[in-house]
Amino acid sequence: MNLASHDIRHNFGRFALTAMGIGLLLMIVLGMSGIYRGMIDDALVVVNGAGADLWVVQRGTRGPFAEVSRVPANLEHRLLAVPGVASARSFLSHNIQREHHGQPLRLSVQGLAWPEDNGQWLPLSAGRALTQGHYQMIADQSLGLALGEQLALGKDRYEVVGLTKGMVSSGGDGLAFFSVRDAQAVQFDLPGEAVRLERASRRGRAEQLDLGRTTPLLLDRAAGPAANIPALGPPMVSAILVRVSAGTDPAAVALTLAGWPDVSVHTADGQRELLIRGMIDKARRQIGLFRVLLVIISTIIMALIIYTLTLDKIHDIALLKLMGARNGMIVGLILQQALLLGAIGYVIAYFLGDWIFPLFPRRVLIAPADLLALAAVVLGISVLASLLGIWKAMRVEPNQVLS
Amino acid sequence: MNPTPDNPTAIEVFGLTKVYGRGNTEVVAMKDVSLRVAKGEVIALLGPSGAGKSTLLAAIGLINPPTSGRIVIGDVPVLDGPQPLVNLRAFRRQHLGFVFQKANLIPFLNAVQNVQIALEINDTPPRQARRRALELLDYLGVADRANNLPAALSGGQQQRVAVARALANQPGIILADEPTAALDSHRGRQVMELFRKVAHERGAGVIVVTHDHRSLDVFDRSLEMEDGRILNPSPTAAA
Repeated sequence: MNLASHDIRHNFGRFALTAMGIGLLLMIVLGMSGIYRGMIDDALVVVNGAGADLWVVQRGTRGPFAEVSRVPANLEHRLLAVPGVASARSFLSHNIQREHHGQPLRLSVQGLAWPEDNGQWLPLSAGRALTQGHYQMIADQSLGLALGEQLALGKDRYEVVGLTKGMVSSGGDGLAFFSVRDAQAVQFDLPGEAVRLERASRRGRAEQLDLGRTTPLLLDRAAGPAANIPALGPPMVSAILVRVSAGTDPAAVALTLAGWPDVSVHTADGQRELLIRGMIDKARRQIGLFRVLLVIISTIIMALIIYTLTLDKIHDIALLKLMGARNGMIVGLILQQALLLGAIGYVIAYFLGDWIFPLFPRRVLIAPADLLALAAVVLGISVLASLLGIWKAMRVEPNQVLS
Repeated sequence: MNPTPDNPTAIEVFGLTKVYGRGNTEVVAMKDVSLRVAKGEVIALLGPSGAGKSTLLAAIGLINPPTSGRIVIGDVPVLDGPQPLVNLRAFRRQHLGFVFQKANLIPFLNAVQNVQIALEINDTPPRQARRRALELLDYLGVADRANNLPAALSGGQQQRVAVARALANQPGIILADEPTAALDSHRGRQVMELFRKVAHERGAGVIVVTHDHRSLDVFDRSLEMEDGRILNPSPTAAA
């Protein structure tokens, strides 16, 4: 006869409520794992998707995801001249915040090296890749933009031609993919008045120079668009993505580029490592601590509940001892209840999480490894939680039946 | 089995003494008690509160060992003072049955399961245990309440189930501590007669602690206790 199951059936309401409470706690533990894994996945989504072997960035910086990096776009051409480099393309990444339908809209703008890269590699859930070099964008669903919707950024309007799902930055902002030129236009957009003032300022500076005073055409040039002034370089990009040719060791190319005094180079693995160890390390540790605390809290709550359930049965346990029941039967009664409580809590955590996590503002990614780890943790805390109850039950004397 | 002194011994105790505390706080709850109960014999243990009846019963029941004295159950010495000579829990399981003032049924088990658990504790296979439990409930007239939880049974029915549980492993000794205290006189007498029936039909030695003098005619012998001593040791008691 299984005493544990009979006791549970007798106190079903209380047991079910307790299991629900444990389930909710375990769901939060599971959710914490999922948030952490989601953060890593989000942080790596562009690095993994871009398919670059090397990331060439501004000297001394850690790449566009860690800090501001500025390199000239024409660095592409220098890189293409390096033996072993199969392709080099510009990459731009920056965050903006705009108002959209009266709500703040945060976008992580990613520049694709059109026409070599039209975003075909993106996991599109609707629509298509970019088909022209301007005025099109691919947006993540989390931004709430609809296919075909037009978004005004700077002086231009961009049509959403494709949608992705689950592509957000390590900060949780939805990714929006543009051509590099458009991404630059968004990044360096200035109001008309600011442009006019800058042009007047340039003219003023030129007028103070001998060259300006003696060359009137130069003053006209200084007061014109910046693109027509050779002394001013084109807008910078965040990084150049390099792909090495088949059979070439990326490390060998990286070694060559490491000798260049104006750039730093990171392998794709190095870039991932920087993201995980750098940007999200504190979040990882914070979430890790929360998980440990929640596991400890769950254990304490379970232990108290099992202990209380045991106290409720102390007279029955004394009676069983009086009748000669072996310790194994009494330990089994308590341990089975603890394990069942843990198992039901785990199942509740899984299904409730499966339902609730997609509603979270940030991605919660539950991997099978996390589920297995939680199962092991639940097993551990169930056994641990039952120890207090078992200890109490073992101390019960049969003569307590008489009291 | 007719209750005669010549019947084999169900239990025999020699010079049982129980002392609680030490020095100024020392209390002698039972002093030099000797007693023999034959198989098939039903004995009433009478006396005022604090006379030592429950202490004697707890000692004989191997749940609160005496400070000194010896206990022999059947022909097996089981306690020498506080020192167990056998595995007490296993011995209780096989040879002793208990009935208390309250039925002390396990609240989450129904009537038949409350009897069945006693059998399973003694390693009876579950099916066989259930069959035997139902037989016992039938024997005690509560078979129709077999599937009811204790909360759904009257006090008398609960006590019958408790008696069935005490009988489950066919113990040589049944110890009952004021089993009728919570019952009206009619049901109380019924339970006392039940003990007599069990003792005589099954050959168990039965010791019943009671305050109920109206049912004394049911017993083969009555022993009066006061201040931890038996006042009227019977001819069958050990010297």
